Amino acid sequence: MTSFKLSSIRAMAAALAVLALVFAPLSQAEAQAKKEFKVAWSIYVGWMPWGYAADNGIVKKWADKYGIEIEMVQFNDYIESINQYTAGAFDGVMSTNMDALAIPSAGGVDSTIVVICDYSNGNDVIILKDKTELADIKGQKVNLVELSVSHYTLARALETVGMTEKDVTVVNTSDADMIAAYKTRDITAVVTWNPMAAEILGGPNANNVFDSSSIPGEIQDSLVVNTATLNANPALGKALTGAWYETMAIMSADTPEGAAAREAMGIASGTDLAGYEAQLAATAMFYTPADYIGFGEAELAAATEKVTAFLFEHGLLGEAATSPGYIGIEMPDGSVVGDADNVLLRFTTEYAQMLEAGML
Amino acid sequence: MRRLINRKPDGVARLALMLLPFLLVLLAYMAASEARLAVNPNDKLLPGWASISAAVERMAFLPDSRTGNYLMLNDTLASLTRLGMGVVIATAIGGVFGILQGLIPYFRAIFNSFTNVLSMIPPLSVLPILFIMFGLGEPAKVLLIVVGITPFIIRDLALRTSEIPHEEIIKAQTLGASTWQIILRVVVPQMLPRLIDAVRLSLGAAWLFLIAAEAIASNAGLGYRIFLMRRYLAMDVILPYVAWITLLAFALDLALRLFQRAAFRWMYRGTGN
Repeated sequence: MTSFKLSSIRAMAAALAVLALVFAPLSQAEAQAKKEFKVAWSIYVGWMPWGYAADNGIVKKWADKYGIEIEMVQFNDYIESINQYTAGAFDGVMSTNMDALAIPSAGGVDSTIVVICDYSNGNDVIILKDKTELADIKGQKVNLVELSVSHYTLARALETVGMTEKDVTVVNTSDADMIAAYKTRDITAVVTWNPMAAEILGGPNANNVFDSSSIPGEIQDSLVVNTATLNANPALGKALTGAWYETMAIMSADTPEGAAAREAMGIASGTDLAGYEAQLAATAMFYTPADYIGFGEAELAAATEKVTAFLFEHGLLGEAATSPGYIGIEMPDGSVVGDADNVLLRFTTEYAQMLEAGML
Repeated sequence: MRRLINRKPDGVARLALMLLPFLLVLLAYMAASEARLAVNPNDKLLPGWASISAAVERMAFLPDSRTGNYLMLNDTLASLTRLGMGVVIATAIGGVFGILQGLIPYFRAIFNSFTNVLSMIPPLSVLPILFIMFGLGEPAKVLLIVVGITPFIIRDLALRTSEIPHEEIIKAQTLGASTWQIILRVVVPQMLPRLIDAVRLSLGAAWLFLIAAEAIASNAGLGYRIFLMRRYLAMDVILPYVAWITLLAFALDLALRLFQRAAFRWMYRGTGN
């Protein structure tokens, strides 16, 4: 009898140990100096250079220079990559400014934007079937990925014609199914981004009635790194910044080498050189550190306030948020937009300036 | 004989053993959640009880500030309507086709291979075609469930029908029954409880298709809410929703089983159940 009891206690202990092991990967790693880093990225016109940089040894070259290892992991699911970063499985991720605020920052993960890769300058489009004016959207069902930059684009567009979201019905629709959805009869208005937008606009009856070139600089696509990790490991910021602008120099060059790089990025994102260059035309890339530094000084604060207003209105800054400024956002010059006592997102041009000064 | 195979837990012990795995998972969750919250009090991945219960209160018991609706009630009704319609339609089609396929050789010759092949197509992989055919509104969501589970119900019921002892069919014929009478008096009464079994088994798949449909295009529903909340990792809302879905599914299964037991008592006769 005793032996039976003992064994059952042992079995229970073993079961607990197994369960503990199952949950162990979920524990959050404390920031510390380390040598190996993981950065997640997903397919998007402004982020394809990361794939190119990883495939062509540019990331490795810069990582070696600082004696670290950086693994670039490609995600098929953009939101999942940000969730994984927020949960602590990755040290960095490619994200829009809006999602960086709504997911990691609102989740208490202090994050730093090391490099703004680009901003959307026409990549996010409101498309109406048959109708040609934005005002015609009134009363329609609008299919879009809710709470995404598409939703933001819609909200900003409605403002320009004196409407609010109450004037339309938003229907959450998966981005993967947007093209097929548009082909059905009952769908008359969509908001989506490239390459889906280009594909839809290429078909009949599709009119671009508003795009993000009317709200330049507000939808940014950035490299986001965990602040604590970055502070403990400045080498990570240095290596990523170096690799990024080296890749930028290659792809922006009007040379056969530059065209080859753009073609490789196009093919990797499922299109070709012409298709990729068409997407680039609707994207304002920051090709040099100076571009980014200049944007950070001039337009960043105003654009950021518009985004926080949208997020607050949709409850994306967390339930505790009482105003759009609930989460503080540090600008490159050290000033803070919002609550200076609750800074959870930081823009830094420190590394771009180091590169500019020839110190990387 | 004192062997493990003969040892049975009694009353209290059985209850305790039943609860044990649930408790262990709960304990492990609480430990992991606490560890993460100690590092980052705002952690969203494994929220603590306080934020989960706040989320439940917000979603279930307070009207939404933007629409004035009770979101969880709204979502539940939307989802259950879709699920109910889908399952009822699938059951009706499955019942008729299953019995005919199991009983009538000509019918089987035409449809058997077709349903077998059809049931092998993963419906989610041909979604764009379903969209073009049925749009993206409510009918499409119901239809995805129907397309998803009907072939299974047909196949299961055809199999059960063909398992009816041939002697019974012969006997009915010697008593002068026509095909129609045999279907009505011999086959259908025996197949109804089997149909309920088939529906119970396909409920899991039905939920899967419901949630997939709601993830694609909708503005209410349990699956819609989960996928929307996932966009900003609001696990404090997602976890109660998952628990709620599990509970609903369990209740539905239990209700079907109790109905079957009450309506078809003969099935349980002699089984000691």
